[in-house]
Amino acid sequence: MLLEIADLQVHYGKIEAIKGLSLQVDEGEIVTLIGSNGAGKTTTLKTISGLRRPTAGSIVFDGQDITKLAGHRRVQLGLCQAPEGRGIFPGMTVLENLEMGAYIRGKPPAADLDRAFSLFPRLAERRRQQGGTLSGGEQQMLAIGRALMAHPKLLLLDEPSMGLAPLIVTQIFAILREINNSGTTILLVEQNASSALQLSDRAYLLETGRVVMSGAAHDLLYEPAVRDAYLGAAPQPEERTDTS
Amino acid sequence: MHAFVTQFWPSTIDGLTIGSIYGLIALGYTLVYGVLRLINFAHSEVFMVGTFASLFTLHGLGITHAETGFALVGVLILMGLAGMAGSGITAVVLERVAYRPLRKRGSSRLAALISAIGASFFLQEVFALRYGRDLLSFPPLMNKTVLFHIGSGQVRADKVLVVVAALVMALALDRFVNGSRLGRGVRATAQDPDTAVLMGVNIDRIVMITFLVGGMMAGVAAMLYGNYFELTQYNVGFLLGIKAFTAAVLGGIGNIRGALLGGLTLGLIENYGGSVFGAQWKDVIAFTVLVLVLMVRPTGLLGEKLTRARA
Repeated sequence: MLLEIADLQVHYGKIEAIKGLSLQVDEGEIVTLIGSNGAGKTTTLKTISGLRRPTAGSIVFDGQDITKLAGHRRVQLGLCQAPEGRGIFPGMTVLENLEMGAYIRGKPPAADLDRAFSLFPRLAERRRQQGGTLSGGEQQMLAIGRALMAHPKLLLLDEPSMGLAPLIVTQIFAILREINNSGTTILLVEQNASSALQLSDRAYLLETGRVVMSGAAHDLLYEPAVRDAYLGAAPQPEERTDTS
Repeated sequence: MHAFVTQFWPSTIDGLTIGSIYGLIALGYTLVYGVLRLINFAHSEVFMVGTFASLFTLHGLGITHAETGFALVGVLILMGLAGMAGSGITAVVLERVAYRPLRKRGSSRLAALISAIGASFFLQEVFALRYGRDLLSFPPLMNKTVLFHIGSGQVRADKVLVVVAALVMALALDRFVNGSRLGRGVRATAQDPDTAVLMGVNIDRIVMITFLVGGMMAGVAAMLYGNYFELTQYNVGFLLGIKAFTAAVLGGIGNIRGALLGGLTLGLIENYGGSVFGAQWKDVIAFTVLVLVLMVRPTGLLGEKLTRARA
């Protein structure tokens, strides 16, 4: 077990955002959290990477209890997140953003930069450009490329498809598959449930801070309740107004 | 206007000299603002402690008359190191005691501001009680040799030292922020603190380094000030601090190059203005500049650069 979360509770002030959530991620898997706005997906990821403090429960990563560990120390253990809204440093170039990804190791070896540029050739073209001037798709590629610079054991991705054209989403999901094939475990948060479930091994469905359903991604894809609420009757994911 | 013309070169030289000191102090305001969005109003006392550290170095070395040659250089370096240590340590302790506890509790910026003003009074009174409220004079360390003339202006060795040292320090700071790994951590924290954590940046450490580096710049300014004016006092930082803050705003707060540019510009404006209206109007002119900048161009000459422009 690479990541094991047990009975996690997170509060924003008096409001309970996560109400006793448990989940596991095995080495080599792609696991997805799906659910609508406000279900607690982003809060869960932020708590795993240490930006939010849980009020109860435990997080064990790679055999070590990290519940109380400072966020920047978790990166050293191999936990790396491409945050919601991508979090590109706007005043740094593409190259500097990538170098920030390897911050914990000092100067990144050229091989790491080459790997990022071969996964995302667009970034190589724009290496001297300021991060703030990239398109949404390019920023997402940069966010993923940057997270990989730390050589994570577990890559956390928050809504990589957010605000992107369907063609770019397909591209990015194909690259996620490639990253996973080369040995990186992925925990993904997505509103675009159909793409995410097709990519993943397993999935958890979140509603108002709780896991309401979990299982093999393939099974959830054909589960009537999931189809009605998140895949079928609802408008296409790309057309949803996304503010989470 | 006649005075402006006849006094042009002396005003320019004096303006650049005092402007360099404003600029060095302004770097501390701008760095801390860039990283924490906080105006460290106790930075003026960080500077004050540096002047005392420089003065005590001269006392400790038993300096009573002007030195020359290697002895002079050695004493200046020791004085500068003492100023940097005094100011740097004060800034770091200040952050630990007055700001960090509030930051950890997620307090408002107003609370931090009040804490800053409290810390400022505290440091002033400690020094007033310990060393008195009178002006303390520095032993003369450097001969005020006139090196050459530009027009009617005398270019003196002590003024050249101020300008050159300020430029060297500002360049070194620029190299640190833009060229080193820690400097990149400072910029990342300024631009997006949450994402910086996700990259493994230890925010507490970056904040400490920011205060340390800003304090060291004020320490160099303090040494230069002591050598140039040969005076200090428990409240020496008050007026200089506000002037330097004006310089930081003028250059674009959060912008490192802007701080130095703002300092030099402010120094020139108040000296040119002083030559026209009389030297007693210098402070009025400087604060008119502050008000005008805040009204007309609050992002300053160069805008925020350490961070994203938020205009």
